Amino acid sequence: MASEVQAFDLLLAVLLLWLAWRALASADLFKAVVQYIVFGLLLALAWIRLGAPDVALAEAAIGAGLAGALLLDTLARIGRAGVRDEARPLRLTRRRAGVALAVVGLAAALVAVLLALPPAMPGLSAEAMAQLERSGVSNPVTATLLNYRAHDTLLEIGVLLLAVLGVWVLDAEPRLDQAEAPAPLHWLVRVLLPLAVVVGGYLLWVGAHAPGGAFQGGALLAAGGVLLHLARPFALGSGWLVRLAAVGGFAVFLLVGLAMLLLGGGFLHFPPGQAGTWILLIETAAMLSIALMLVVLFVGRSRGAG
Amino acid sequence: MNALDALSLLLVGAGAGFFLVGSIGLLRLPDLLSRLHALTKADNLGLGLVVAGLALQAESLRQVLQLGLVWALVLFSGSIACYLLAHAETASTPVEPETRDGE
Amino acid sequence: MAAALWAMAGLVLFSLVVGLLRVERGPGPGDRLIAAQLLGSGAVAILLLLAFATGEAALVDAALVLALLAGVALVVFVRRGGGGEAP
Repeated sequence: MASEVQAFDLLLAVLLLWLAWRALASADLFKAVVQYIVFGLLLALAWIRLGAPDVALAEAAIGAGLAGALLLDTLARIGRAGVRDEARPLRLTRRRAGVALAVVGLAAALVAVLLALPPAMPGLSAEAMAQLERSGVSNPVTATLLNYRAHDTLLEIGVLLLAVLGVWVLDAEPRLDQAEAPAPLHWLVRVLLPLAVVVGGYLLWVGAHAPGGAFQGGALLAAGGVLLHLARPFALGSGWLVRLAAVGGFAVFLLVGLAMLLLGGGFLHFPPGQAGTWILLIETAAMLSIALMLVVLFVGRSRGAG
Repeated sequence: MNALDALSLLLVGAGAGFFLVGSIGLLRLPDLLSRLHALTKADNLGLGLVVAGLALQAESLRQVLQLGLVWALVLFSGSIACYLLAHAETASTPVEPETRDGE
Repeated sequence: MAAALWAMAGLVLFSLVVGLLRVERGPGPGDRLIAAQLLGSGAVAILLLLAFATGEAALVDAALVLALLAGVALVVFVRRGGGGEAP
C-alpha cells in the first residue's frame, strides 16, 4: 500500500480509538454524545477503507444522522444536557484494573489470531459471485441480503418492529413546550424533505447494482421525517394506518416468502427470472416501513403534538 | 502531470488549506459566535474549492452536477443550522462587542 | 494524481483532528456541535477526494447522504432548548 494511504489509514485508526475512549470516558454526557456522533462519522470512513460502501452509507445515515438526533433529543428531555454524570469518569480500582488486563489479553489473542489467518479467505464469495446472474440483482451485497440470506433480513426487520412495539408499550412522553420554529428551519425542511425522498428512492433503486439498498434509503427518509417533526411537530399515535405502515415491510416480506413456498420453490426461494422483481417489491415495502419505524423511534408516543 | 491536473491540485490544496485554517480558527477564537464564523469559512470555501478542483477531474457533466449538488447541500443546511444556533444564542443573551481596549 | 489526492485527504483528516480538540474542550454544548459540523463537512470533502482517488463512484453517493444530514444534530439541539447559555 502506498505510504499516503497508510498514513491516512493510520491516522483514521488512531482517531477512532481515541474517540471511542473519550466517548466512554467523558464526564460530561453531552460531550460524550457529540464524540459518539463524530465517531460514527469517522467510522463511515473506516467502512469505506474496509471496502464496504454499503455499510458506510448506512453508518452515515444512521450513526451521523439518526442516532445523534435520538441521543441529543433524549439528553434534552431528561434534562441531563449540562449535568455531569456521577458515575463518570471511571476511577481505576483494583478490580477494574484486573478486568482491563483480561480484556486487553483477549484483544491481543484476537489480534494474534487475525494476523495468523491466511491472507485470502474467500469463503463462499466464489459461489456467491457465480450465482449472481440468477439472483436478480448485480450488487453482491444486495444479492446476499435479499436472496441468499433473505431470511436473515426478514428477521432483522422483525427485530426493528419489536423495538417499535417496545416504544409503543411505554408511556407517552410529556409534551414539550416549544416556540414556533424560525422561518429558516421551515425553508430547510421544504428543501431537504423532498430531496431526502428523492435520494432515498434513488438509493433503493441503485442498490440493485451499486452500493445502496432499502435500509439506507429508509434511514435517509426517516431523517427527513425527523427534520419535519422538529420544524412542525406531529404526533404519530398508534392508529391503524401507522400500524399498517410499520408492519407492512415485515408482512410483505413474509407473504412473498410464503408465496414462493406455495409456488413450489421453497420459503423465500425466488425463481431466477422473477427474482429481481420480487426483491424490488420487498425492498420498497421494507424501505417505507423502516423509514416509518425509525421516525416512530424518534417521535415516540407523544400526547398530542410534540 | 498536465495543466488540468496541476490546476485541480491547486484548487484542492487551497480547499484543504481552508479546512485547516477553519479548524485552527475554531480552536483559537474566543467565543462561540466567532468560532461559527471560522466554521462557515471552512464549510463554504474549503469544500467549494475541493469540489471545484475535483470537478475538473470529472468524467461527465453528471458527475460535475453531483459534486455541485453535494456542495450546495452542505452550504444550505450548514448555513441554516448555524444561523439557528446563532439566533438561539443571541436571542437570550445580548452580545457585547469585544474591543481591543478590553471593554 | 491519485497519490496527491490521498495526501490531500490526509491533510483534511489532520485538520479534523484539530476540530476534535474543540469537541473535547467545549466549553459550551454549542461549541462542541459546531466542531461536529466541521467534522461532517470535512468527512464530505474526504469522501469526495477518495471517490476520485480510488475511482469508486459510490463514495459520491455517501458524500451526498452526509451532506443531506449535515445539520440534523444542530437542528435537534436548537429545537430542544439548546443555545442561549453563553458561558
